[in-house]
Amino acid sequence: MIDYTMIWAVIIAFGVIMYVLLDGFDLGVGILYPFAPNEDSRDVMMNTVAPFWDGNETWLVLGGAGLLGAFPLVYSVLLPALYLGVFLLLAGLIFRGVAFEFRFKAAPAQKRYWSISFAIGSAVAALAQGIVVGAYIQGFETENFAYVGGAFDWLTPFSVLTGIGLVLGYALLGSTWIIMKTEGEVQEWAYRLAPKLLAGVLGIFVIISFWTPLVDEFVRDRWFSNLFVIWLLPAGALGCAYLILRAINRREEGIPFVATMGLFVFTYLGLLASKWPYVVPPDYTLYDAASARESQAFLLIGVLFVVPVVLAYTAWTYWVFRGKVRLGEGYH
Amino acid sequence: MELDPLLLSRIQFAFVVSFHAIFPVFTIGLASYVALLEGLHFKTGNPAWARLSRFWTKVFAVAFGMGVVSGIVMSFQFGTNWSNFSQASANFLGPILSYEVVTAFFLEAAFLGVLLFGRDKVPRGTHLFAALMVAFGTFISAFWILAANSWMHTPAGVEFQDGMLHVRSWTEAIFNPSFPYRFTHMAVASFLTGSFVVAGVSAWYLTKGHRVEANRKALSMCLWMILILAPAQAVIGDYHGLNTLEYQPAKVAAMEGNWERQAGAPLLLFALPDQEAQTNRFEVGIPNMASIILTHSADGVVPGITETAVDEQPPVAIVFWTFRIMVGLGFAMIAFGLWGLVLRMRGNLYRPGLFHRVLPLMIAAPFIAVVAGWFTTESGRAPWLVYGMISFSEGLTPSLSGGMALTSLIGYMLVYAVVYSAGGYYMWQLVKGGMDDDAEPGADEVGAHPKRPLSAGGPIGDASPAAPTGRDWT
Repeated sequence: MIDYTMIWAVIIAFGVIMYVLLDGFDLGVGILYPFAPNEDSRDVMMNTVAPFWDGNETWLVLGGAGLLGAFPLVYSVLLPALYLGVFLLLAGLIFRGVAFEFRFKAAPAQKRYWSISFAIGSAVAALAQGIVVGAYIQGFETENFAYVGGAFDWLTPFSVLTGIGLVLGYALLGSTWIIMKTEGEVQEWAYRLAPKLLAGVLGIFVIISFWTPLVDEFVRDRWFSNLFVIWLLPAGALGCAYLILRAINRREEGIPFVATMGLFVFTYLGLLASKWPYVVPPDYTLYDAASARESQAFLLIGVLFVVPVVLAYTAWTYWVFRGKVRLGEGYH
Repeated sequence: MELDPLLLSRIQFAFVVSFHAIFPVFTIGLASYVALLEGLHFKTGNPAWARLSRFWTKVFAVAFGMGVVSGIVMSFQFGTNWSNFSQASANFLGPILSYEVVTAFFLEAAFLGVLLFGRDKVPRGTHLFAALMVAFGTFISAFWILAANSWMHTPAGVEFQDGMLHVRSWTEAIFNPSFPYRFTHMAVASFLTGSFVVAGVSAWYLTKGHRVEANRKALSMCLWMILILAPAQAVIGDYHGLNTLEYQPAKVAAMEGNWERQAGAPLLLFALPDQEAQTNRFEVGIPNMASIILTHSADGVVPGITETAVDEQPPVAIVFWTFRIMVGLGFAMIAFGLWGLVLRMRGNLYRPGLFHRVLPLMIAAPFIAVVAGWFTTESGRAPWLVYGMISFSEGLTPSLSGGMALTSLIGYMLVYAVVYSAGGYYMWQLVKGGMDDDAEPGADEVGAHPKRPLSAGGPIGDASPAAPTGRDWT
């Protein structure tokens, strides 16, 4: 008998990391916007992500709908628990999304407002996502398959720290993306910035690693059980950090971005391994949260057909827009 | 005053869904129109068709983009405000709504880019094919959404088991009793909306003497559509109403403002329904007409609102009046179709006159009618989320407080106010800019911006080096 729940867990886990990596770098570019050396740099920076960002956000919507279809309990507990956070996330994404269009269309006097909209929207969306991670590690107060906690349970010092961690992490992704996609003044600025961001990310990574076992007993037991393999994941993340630094010192252009993605993947896998098989911690596992078998099977047909097409199309888009972006030759 | 999370959540849903609904209803019709224009251009080679198609594709892109933005919000509403409903109905609604997302993305990934940016890059046949697939895709999207919505009105093919609905028959659940009527009604509404927008803009251009050949063609074809579809929509609506009478008699009673079950019920033209007193004030009606419409017999029996317990009645005044707004605008649309026919027979269709000045105002009519119609059917379902199975209060998120709901409601209102003002301004600039090809050198590089619906319109107004303002209006 096919274990549809396991197949869906893999699909959703894949969708989430795709979203984090892809929207991560374009959110990161937005977060770095206020610190750019000048207005020309901002034009270039926006043009490096303009062809990709809405394709990247596709994965978020696919993930939301997929969760309702395959793991409805995750959907119906996390969204109420994160109610106000979800609103901030959506508002952030909307403001930064429309800024792509309106900034280039606006009269010079108004351009500034859309730059602010882009930067703040990106930062708020990233912060909200990072807070979700923290809230997820803390777990959710549930009763009888429904969230029963308060409106601000998600907002704790711990979750704010994970939020800042993700903002810095996305900014790191964004800076290494800029290194890869630009040249001259902007690139040099990103080269100088990336190591500082990396230091910040690692600092928070360390604090969270010490704090998490204190917040969550389950994670503590998992980490200090006999499952030593789990320690390979943070080791991998640190290895990636080393690669980023080395590549930046050698002024390599592609490696910093790829290694940053590696840093994210290892951290993500570490999180999954720490919580497995709980998807609505601390009470419900994958199988508790799953929808009916026939529903998972019915939806799987369509998804198996479409995901390869979306992947192929995504790859093709990145291929078409490969290479450096220069001032004035943006797509606008 | 105690803030009621239930009421606030309902207002919030009505708000975000109303703002969302106006875009798909327009893009579904417009996508088919663009495909038709592409087909005509392919067949005849007349550049006027290409000009029309180019222009309306840009408008389509902006509307599609705004629909995507508001759609992202929609995909989270069920979970944030109606989590018990989401959980209970997920086995059916989860896959159905996911299929809609999957369809929409498949469409966007595969064909929208080619339609928007590939006009001069791919063979004309391929471009036509992409246009047809985009049009087809909008219908598939509507298919899933209306299957989900119709199922909430007339649930079928499912049964409760441990607090969750389980699907026993996908066919029965998807093709539930009200689905064929709702889908047809909505599809025709989309065509009417597209027709009125195109006809209104074309008439406006004709009064300005702008691109006369193309806009005459567009006006003419849209008025034929309106002439046929507006009366057809009345007939379809009637059948939809009969289906509702069978499955949701309380809603029909509210639409008619008929409190007591009675034979030979009048068709009320005006009334002030008073839910507290369970009666109407100031009734003006046509005797026996409601019975004739609903039962096709002068003394047929029409159900009454009072047959439903007071706390399970829909809000009668809202259902009664939104229904009249929809029907009234429907008749106005029929009248405009006929007016166009009269002008055509007299040979005056293209001579700018009163008709051409009033027609642009009618652009608002189908949008208002659609939103009013949705208010009728959705309010008329009260107090049920899934008719007879899950009520509003059962479906509400249990942890939601009035303060949270009010915060997000105000938040969404502010966000939408900013975003839609900007979007509407951009759309207006696009139309005002006219139909001239804004040939920007370098802007159409091979494969450039493949998936950016909002940017397909090109720069607005004075931002464009080839801005058509102030020239070629003769």
